[in-house]
Amino acid sequence: MDTQNLPPHMRPDRSFQGLILALQRYWADQGCVILQPYDMEVGAGTFHPATTLRALGPKHWKAAYVQPSRRPKDGRYGENPNRLQHYYQFQVILKPSPDDLQNLYLKSLAAIGIDTRLHDVRFVEDDWESPTLGAWGLGWECWCDGMEVSQFTYFQQVAGFECAPVAGELTYGLERLAMYVQGVENVYDLNFNGREGAERVAYGDVFLQAEQEYSRHNFEHADTDMLFEQFRMAEGACKTYLDAGWADETHTRHLMALPAYDQCIKASHVFNLLDARGVISVTERQSYILRVREMAKACGAAWLATAGGGAA
Amino acid sequence: MPDLLLELFSEEIPARMQARAAEDLTSMVTNRLVDAGLVYEAATAFATPRRLALAIQGLPAKQPDLREERKGPRVGAPDKAIQGFLKGAGLDDLSQATIQKDPKKGDFYVALIEKPGRPAIDVLAEILPVVVRTFPWPKAMRWGTGRLTWVRPLHAIVATFGPETEDPDIVPFSVDGIASGDTTFGHRFLAPEKIRVKHFDDYVEKLAAAKVLLDPARRRAIVLADAKSLAFAQGFELVEDQGLLDEVSGLVEWPVVLMGSFDPEFLKIPDEVIRSTIRANQKCFVVRNPGTGTLAPKFVLVSNNEATDGGKAIVAGNERVIRARLSDAKFFYETDLKTRLEERLPKFENIVFHEKLGTQAERIARIERLAVELAPKVGADVDKVRRAARLCKADLLTEVVGEFPELQGFVGKTYALAQGEDESVAAACEEHYKPQGPADRVPTDPVSVAVALADKLDTLVGFWAIDEKPTGSKDPFALRRAALGVIRIVLENSLRLALVPLIGKARDEGLAVTGPKQALPEAGPLAADLLAFFADRLKVQLREQGARHDLVDAVLALGLQDDLVKIVRRVEALAKFLDSDDGKNLLVGVKRATNILRIEEKKDGVRYEGPADRTLFRADEERALASAITEAKARATAAVGAEDFSAAMAAIATLRPAVDAFFEKVTVNADEAPVRANRLRLLDEIRAATLAVADFSRIEG
Repeated sequence: MDTQNLPPHMRPDRSFQGLILALQRYWADQGCVILQPYDMEVGAGTFHPATTLRALGPKHWKAAYVQPSRRPKDGRYGENPNRLQHYYQFQVILKPSPDDLQNLYLKSLAAIGIDTRLHDVRFVEDDWESPTLGAWGLGWECWCDGMEVSQFTYFQQVAGFECAPVAGELTYGLERLAMYVQGVENVYDLNFNGREGAERVAYGDVFLQAEQEYSRHNFEHADTDMLFEQFRMAEGACKTYLDAGWADETHTRHLMALPAYDQCIKASHVFNLLDARGVISVTERQSYILRVREMAKACGAAWLATAGGGAA
Repeated sequence: MPDLLLELFSEEIPARMQARAAEDLTSMVTNRLVDAGLVYEAATAFATPRRLALAIQGLPAKQPDLREERKGPRVGAPDKAIQGFLKGAGLDDLSQATIQKDPKKGDFYVALIEKPGRPAIDVLAEILPVVVRTFPWPKAMRWGTGRLTWVRPLHAIVATFGPETEDPDIVPFSVDGIASGDTTFGHRFLAPEKIRVKHFDDYVEKLAAAKVLLDPARRRAIVLADAKSLAFAQGFELVEDQGLLDEVSGLVEWPVVLMGSFDPEFLKIPDEVIRSTIRANQKCFVVRNPGTGTLAPKFVLVSNNEATDGGKAIVAGNERVIRARLSDAKFFYETDLKTRLEERLPKFENIVFHEKLGTQAERIARIERLAVELAPKVGADVDKVRRAARLCKADLLTEVVGEFPELQGFVGKTYALAQGEDESVAAACEEHYKPQGPADRVPTDPVSVAVALADKLDTLVGFWAIDEKPTGSKDPFALRRAALGVIRIVLENSLRLALVPLIGKARDEGLAVTGPKQALPEAGPLAADLLAFFADRLKVQLREQGARHDLVDAVLALGLQDDLVKIVRRVEALAKFLDSDDGKNLLVGVKRATNILRIEEKKDGVRYEGPADRTLFRADEERALASAITEAKARATAAVGAEDFSAAMAAIATLRPAVDAFFEKVTVNADEAPVRANRLRLLDEIRAATLAVADFSRIEG
């Protein structure tokens, strides 16, 4: 796609939403289903069941979507030009990972106006591991002129299960990428809608107030008693749904893997909030991570006994 | 003679794994070739981010022929035996076997098996896929639908074989659907097209034309030379960094070195912080002013692309990232400076050092008390030591150390100086971590020495007490390094310290913290066990410095010793003594005495212990030896007391003529049993006398 032929307000180097639309368009052209964000709070696009669960089992799968990602600890009251407690990831998952995945990725950069004849794009070792998801993979940070713009991972294991076939996962940090292509130093200065003058909407117009409010919430006021209780409830519900979901005694078919996994996501986010509030000690921290992982593993096992997970 | 060219073309191989992979590839292929009887002239391997390559020169075209004679059954043996022999030897019938005459046992069949050598290319076609399948990557992965594992997806294999003068053949094999061939690819962006290659020279040349420098040494040389000249051209000097050079050379196939700038305003940040920021996050070099040695507001980046704009966009992009990083670092640094180090300490109360060893605050308190105890013993000012011990870990809570853990200590010193601490106190904040390794400097300022020893002893005693000792290759808490650190600090500062009471003190401190619930081992056994660990480390250390390990053993065998300086002096004196004629001869005599004793004691089932009974002496030589021993022992003991080990050795050396005369004239195994027993007791006196300086039985030769 030639970005020069787009109307100015749609060009990825002038418009945050233009960048997102260009990526969606590109990956749609590669045969991906373009999903919408998962309707729950998650720490990263990987948590979306379209990645975590779909990475498990034999079925082929191609998807791309934007996922708002919440990292309560990264809040900076809107005062840091690079750090946000809520930001967007663009997530691509291709299973099995195609042979030319690196080239597909590089072409996606071209689609948002990064010309590899002018820039220095590099694949720098970065092994990915998510202790809460019981997942790991090998891959790289993708650098453009020294700036990390994406994560590139070949999933080896998810929820404690080996991935076969292997899924390739691409995660674009959208704000950072947009700052790069727009040539902006402060995230709040990003042009969101690509318009100029009175019509221009900046990233700060949309999100600055939210960053300030949520920072206050995450660090000072989030109700920790309620959160501890929510964690317990989510954990309990996850187990209840998993137990209830088995179709019969033989545990070969499961009928409620997705609702159970929602509770795992919920627990994970609640844990992140408690962590940001500083009410979880170092030793407790480990045990909470372990509890989420146990939920993720059990959900993974249940998913593998569903049609989506490839069960006959 | 034919050559082999092998290339394994993949997605980006982590820089830190490349050199090792090249070595492994060489040894894996060549070992198998040699095992197959294919001896080669030379083998060289190379690595870039996207390929591992191996060139083997001078392989034979085929394996040598093998001839083997296999002995069969007797002529006339049962048919079953004959058939088994024919099958095993691969013969159709007995006419293909020969008969060997044997008048004694009877004639028997012999099969001559001739195994013609196979063509080397066939052998290679078997070896190479095995090498690919079993390659020892530190971390490997699967991809797509395949089962093969490689460091990252493997895409193509070049394997050509043939004499230099001819077009080579392709070694035919395939691994998980990837067939070998003669096709590779050039630089990812500058020349991505397919390339067909023949021999190694042709391969290297074509790759270079396609903007790929195969040899990492060449890439390193280019990066270094270009970086130096870019810096020089602007009147600066490159701050060289071997680790970084190796890493960036493993991140590029076609190094293009560029220089960027940052705002001089950032130079307010300490140089080390700037360097860590630029190095760790951006993998760029920094440059300095040759006159002052301070950093200049420039950096050198190594790109993998010859950009069409001459690198303007690349430099601009890197400058932006470095600006953001330095802004962060500056913010961290300035934020840090707003809080005095001691104000940070309460936070340590909520940070667990180790589950069984209490919080960081408790640990710091332990270190402080131990350091104060040590202060007078190492000639340090007690107040300064107390202050230094209290502040030395505070930088762990700073933003800058949070971002760059490798700057711990340095940051503590910088902030201590900034808040007006005494120079020794500030220095101790950095130096108490030293020595970090065999090449690292040992602290000499007494304040640093006291805190460094206290820190290390607390760590050692603590982990010893909770039974987290190093085992085999596992030493997660770096206790060997801590012990070696104590040893080097003590020896290089010639500190006379009794370690046992210090270990006891450290243990009691631990007890105070962890309370009676935690069953700590008793001070005695703990100290003995830990001292044995120190002794082992000391042995390694002295051996590396060229001391004879048997002499170290001979001194350490004397029993519990906790004064390291004294141990080393004894070993030195012993070595000198054994170089002298008196020493050598006395050693022979003493060894003879102990050997006789050992044999006779074993025979009799008794242990003969001195002193010998003077009234049972029959020969003058016995009497002379007994009085020589009495005198030598007294002098040696006095000398050891005065720590004059040379004099002690000299005193023991005076025994030599008496010992020699005794063995010459006196028969130990006398007929009269009481006289024999008494002589054996006299021999024990020799043994006992020499124990004043060393256990001679441990000395070799």
